[in-house]
Amino acid sequence: MRGERRPRPQVLVALCAAGLALLNFPLLAIWDQPATVFGLPLLPVALFTIWAGLILALALVSEGDAAERGAPGDGTDAPDGQEDDRP
Amino acid sequence: MMTPGMVLGAAFGYLLLLFTIAWYGDRRAAQGRSVIDNATLYALSWGVYCTAWTYFGSVGRAASGGMWFLPIYLGPMLAMLLAWMVVRKMVRIARTYRITSIADFIASRYGKSPLLAALVTLITVVGIVPYIALQLKAVSAGYQVLTGPSAAPVTAWWKDGTLYVALALAAFAVAFGTRHLDLAERHEGMVAAIAFESAVKLVAFIAVGAFVTWGLFDGMDDIWARTEAIPELRTLLRLDQSAASFDYAQWFALTILSMLSVLLLPRQFQVMVVECVNERHIRRAAWLFPLYLLLINIFVLPIAFGGLLHFGPGQENPETFILSLPLASGAHWLALFAYIGGFSAVTGMLIVETVAVSTMVCNDFVMPSLLRLGRFGSREGGDLTRLLLNIRRTAILAVLMLGYFYFRVAGEAYALVSIGLISFAAVAQFAPALLGGMYWRGGTRAGAYGGLIGGFAVWAYTLMLPSVAKSGWIPAGFIDDGPFGLTLLAPERLFGLAQLDYLTHSLFWSLLANVSLYVGLSLARSPSAREASQALLFVDVFRRGGTEPVFWRGRARLDDLRALAGRFLGPVRAQALFDEHAREVGVPVPDLVADARLVDRVERQIAGAVGTASARVMIESVAQEEPLSIDDVLEILDEASQLRGYARALEEATGELRAANEQLKSLDHLKDDFMSSVTHELRTPLTSIRALSELMLDDPEMEAAQRQEFLGIIVSESERLSRLVNQVLDLAKIESGHAEWHNADVDLRALVTDAVRATSELFREGDVSVALDLPEAVPLLRADPDRLTQVMLNLLSNAAKFVPRAGGRVAVTLRDEGESLAVSVRDNGPGVPLAEQATVFEKFRQGGDALTRPPGTGLGLPISRQIVDHFGGTMWLESEPGKGACFAFRLPLRPDGKAGGNDNGHESADR
Repeated sequence: MRGERRPRPQVLVALCAAGLALLNFPLLAIWDQPATVFGLPLLPVALFTIWAGLILALALVSEGDAAERGAPGDGTDAPDGQEDDRP
Repeated sequence: MMTPGMVLGAAFGYLLLLFTIAWYGDRRAAQGRSVIDNATLYALSWGVYCTAWTYFGSVGRAASGGMWFLPIYLGPMLAMLLAWMVVRKMVRIARTYRITSIADFIASRYGKSPLLAALVTLITVVGIVPYIALQLKAVSAGYQVLTGPSAAPVTAWWKDGTLYVALALAAFAVAFGTRHLDLAERHEGMVAAIAFESAVKLVAFIAVGAFVTWGLFDGMDDIWARTEAIPELRTLLRLDQSAASFDYAQWFALTILSMLSVLLLPRQFQVMVVECVNERHIRRAAWLFPLYLLLINIFVLPIAFGGLLHFGPGQENPETFILSLPLASGAHWLALFAYIGGFSAVTGMLIVETVAVSTMVCNDFVMPSLLRLGRFGSREGGDLTRLLLNIRRTAILAVLMLGYFYFRVAGEAYALVSIGLISFAAVAQFAPALLGGMYWRGGTRAGAYGGLIGGFAVWAYTLMLPSVAKSGWIPAGFIDDGPFGLTLLAPERLFGLAQLDYLTHSLFWSLLANVSLYVGLSLARSPSAREASQALLFVDVFRRGGTEPVFWRGRARLDDLRALAGRFLGPVRAQALFDEHAREVGVPVPDLVADARLVDRVERQIAGAVGTASARVMIESVAQEEPLSIDDVLEILDEASQLRGYARALEEATGELRAANEQLKSLDHLKDDFMSSVTHELRTPLTSIRALSELMLDDPEMEAAQRQEFLGIIVSESERLSRLVNQVLDLAKIESGHAEWHNADVDLRALVTDAVRATSELFREGDVSVALDLPEAVPLLRADPDRLTQVMLNLLSNAAKFVPRAGGRVAVTLRDEGESLAVSVRDNGPGVPLAEQATVFEKFRQGGDALTRPPGTGLGLPISRQIVDHFGGTMWLESEPGKGACFAFRLPLRPDGKAGGNDNGHESADR
């Protein structure tokens, strides 16, 4: 049961709020510049980078964090979850 | 250009491959070795979100609007951040209550309402048919691109390849979506095929993207460098394009819309919730799925701009760039592969969507109607599983044909993206009722009805109707001028709200109406018992650990239940169901009692086959149910929580009992001690009385003086005996609360003085000086003066006993402490050893050792303490060995300890 607590709901809600803020007005306007990154227009590069960052954060919160933090009382659940998830 | 035979051959060859995969998946599932029981395949199956709309539409949108293709994928990213909470809760609820469709989910939450299920199904069908048409349109359009414009336009419907594709897909959906009625309504073969399709479309899209980026151009930067050179394209990747400023409202609306859609589209609900093998997979799938979306979108811009550069703006339809670009460059096989990728996007969506919708149509439209007609009511009937499957098969075919019909009639009017968004906005109407119902117990059926009907009506008026009007079916002037010239009611500018684009406008008004009605009506009327009980089951699904309450009361016959289960589940599964229940209960099947738990179990299993609302109707038809009131619901809930509480309470009670037992044992031990002490104390004087009496009896010639002495001892020993007996009686009376107390107003100063005077003889004998330290006057005390005198005498005589023979000093002090009076008697005797200080107030614990200690019963101090306790006071001992002892007690002026009287104005101010 305790294994189901991870990832922690507060962290997920915070990430979602951050994502909503980063991908909308007014923060979106920051990237609306005529500049280029490695020859690519800034706006799409920024959007895809934010997107990838959110995926990475979610992956870390869901996987790495769960394995490391699974110490107290979670010992039985964490390995199960990991094994089940393996393709 | 490619020959039609090649394209059709490839498409049907691909379908055959799908059949093989699905067949393999089903076979493995039958063997109990699931192929889809892993998170990666689970996440891939979620990829069914990407349809032809993604595959062809995104490029088209990017070519005309720049970044506008993206919000549709950013929304799911945000939704997936919450998947571990939201999707897992949906899965847990669906799994627990055998819910197999979104209509079932909503209907079940609001009291298993058949009408609500039908309403949700209706909205779904109306909203989804255009979406299905869109997919068929994509197949058809892609086919035309591949085979070239030279192919004669199809006029006769029986020559249209799209129709045959639709029919082939219907065959697939029938074969793997309705092969058998599954317990959990899961279709492993179908999911395996869908996961494979997701992989195919991703690889195909990336292959074309790589070909365009590095084959036709020199990398992404090259594409962009050339794009910038063309003035009409250079601003495409900016927010503010040319004249119009960026529409942040629409961007936000699209994000929210897709965020809801990824949870609420029937096909997403099917693969995420119904087909979920293990809810732990959600944890990984939640980030793999957005990653999939990211990967499939990376090459959208390069392909879009590559196509625009290659063909020149406005020359070729951007939606088919993914086919026309390889084709124009001579890469025919890549074009064919790209077509197969698009085909897989189409087929995946169509298969899952039709299976999901057919379940709804069967369970929530057709079955309730048949039940209402009384065809299967309480009458005996045969196995209905075959009928159920046939209804679903028919429904799949009907939905696909409906889509095909729509495509033939209205498919040319709109771009792909617009059609998809209309469907998205339709399913978004489920959000308040479904998500609200999962987290808010107060949502009621009336609220759900109101919200859904209101939202759907506004959606139809502001989005669906204009799209029909734009197709030329009704006068287009209606869009601008409103019905009957009422501009306030113009569908895309309701009440004159012209600041929003048509989609945001519709979404805003429909969701506003939806949420307002849902919340408003929910708050207006309290829910019925069934609604309240279902609300509890849904909202608190994670809180119940195995002992969920069963909200059902009534009587049912075992045979009826078995017959019912047999008809809907088939005889084999019905038997297995009862066997399992019998095993859990621990009695053979014929002896089973049709109690609430069994009825609930049968109902849930039937619900898996025909939907919760129909299952409810069927159970009602065979059982005599008592209507539940809200109080009953609370009572049942109470019982359930009590059951859980009982275990804990039992543990606590056992602990208390054990403690009480220990205490009793020790009390018993104390009583024994007391008895032995008392008898011991009685025996000593008795022994001496008896010995002396015998001596005198044996010796009649005893001298008179001797006799006199003996008689004196006998008298004093007898006195000691009666004193002891009196004290034991006294103590017993006080302890049992039977003592008589004659309370009066006591002047403690006078009482202490009198007590010292009464014992003055005692002190004079031992040459002991007594010092009195008393205040001028003390407040009166409410107490029994005789008892207090008894305490004082006891303390004074104790002091007299222990002070040294010569030079003994005793100091008696009385202090007014404001709220209480304190008396202490201090002597300069040997004091009480530390080891004995704790026990000195216990019975028969006399100070000193038995040989040297002065005579006494050992009951004086215990009695004194009891008396002081009785008046709410305390008695204590201060002593340092060798420096004398000080026995003291304090009596409160008001025994209840409450201040605030006006008779003693000096209580706290003086302190």
